[in-house]
Amino acid sequence: MIQLLANPQRFMDFSRWAAPILAAAAAILLAAAFWLGFSVPEDYQQGDTVRLLFLHPQLATVGMFAYACLAGSAFFGLVFRHSLADAAARAAAPIGAGFTFLALLTGSLWGRPMWGDWWVWDGRLTSYLILFLVYLAYMALLAAIDDEAKAARASNILALVGVINLPIIKFSVDWWNTLHQTASISLTGESGLAPVYLAPFFLSMIGFLMLFGSLWMVRTRAEVWRRKAGALAVQLAGKA
Amino acid sequence: MTGVGVLFRRELSLAWGKGGGPLLALAFYAAVATLLPLAVGAEPERLKAVSTGSAWLALALASLLSLERLFERDYEDGALDLLALGATGLETICFIKCLAQWLANGAPLALAAPIAAIALGADPDLTPAIIVTALLGGLGFAFTGGVGAALSLGSRRGGVLIAVIVLPLFAPPVIFGAGALEAFASGLDGRTGLSFLAAYSLAAVALGPFAMAAACKNALS
Repeated sequence: MIQLLANPQRFMDFSRWAAPILAAAAAILLAAAFWLGFSVPEDYQQGDTVRLLFLHPQLATVGMFAYACLAGSAFFGLVFRHSLADAAARAAAPIGAGFTFLALLTGSLWGRPMWGDWWVWDGRLTSYLILFLVYLAYMALLAAIDDEAKAARASNILALVGVINLPIIKFSVDWWNTLHQTASISLTGESGLAPVYLAPFFLSMIGFLMLFGSLWMVRTRAEVWRRKAGALAVQLAGKA
Repeated sequence: MTGVGVLFRRELSLAWGKGGGPLLALAFYAAVATLLPLAVGAEPERLKAVSTGSAWLALALASLLSLERLFERDYEDGALDLLALGATGLETICFIKCLAQWLANGAPLALAAPIAAIALGADPDLTPAIIVTALLGGLGFAFTGGVGAALSLGSRRGGVLIAVIVLPLFAPPVIFGAGALEAFASGLDGRTGLSFLAAYSLAAVALGPFAMAAACKNALS
């Protein structure tokens, strides 16, 4: 798959169709997830706020998934010096930062009624905030170096250094026994979630992952075009 | 004398002498520790509660100060090009640079940390714990900070950029180190935090030089 899509022309041909199809599928899945999400019964403890269960964990997962995609692209960019991988890494950053920010925001809105506070300095929350800061650092470094190829390589190295944060986020709820709950969903064992909540939970999860995939492709395409436009401008300037 | 030894002496004398060295970092550290009671209020019980934590905060900020010159100086005058051409691997050179940075900045700050913490009201019995955590933390700060310094080579506004890159990487040692001190201060077992801090700093020492060398090669290419 990666070998196949590494060719920019092939990627452009593929993503031209794949991006809108993914977006449409994401729209259908998310619509179904939210319709189901508003029709399931209230939780006996959490009341109506349980419906954030179909938004907040998904946004948080995609925020981390996007970072994994960014770091994977950064790795390919560094090792194989592939310009499309650089473009993909660059394209993933603002989307991932957006999802991360929304996850922090919805978490804060959920924390106020449930924990009685907008924010606590718990292990999960803090490490997730650091993920957001790593995104910002990546984008700042990318913007600060004038030479685009050098900027891409430097920020790719930073992206790989930041990977250390992903396992910290994942295991923070097990290492520090603080407010944020541990994982309630398990693919292999018994889930701690009522069965009625499972369908909207996973529909929303797949929907947001597809939405990210679609947005990522669109931004990568835009990045490829931006480079083409830059190269053309240089050519034209040479002719004039 | 081997090339590594010569290089180490050069880096140490540069870190010690040029641009203020440990005196500048210590003066900054003292200034932060002095501003703190003015900012949060000078009541002894309030200061006592934040004394070890603020000593750590000041440590992290003071470690940022001299990072900008760590690679930038050699990059600007061409010394980094020559070092990269030499027989010693760039990874070793980066390791030596950060080690010298730690000895010239982190170690004096670690020795000064208990003074600041006790002046703010920490228990004098904590002195060994403060020195050990500050030494370990300084090691982590020097090596993760070096990654930030190497990455921002050739950028505009290097200093601010280093701070933005490095502060997320500084968060884990601050959490573990200050947490361990907090535990020791309240009579609990702080060794868990201390082990996490040591693990993070040693991982930074082991992996940081490779990231720094890759970043330097990129900046020089």
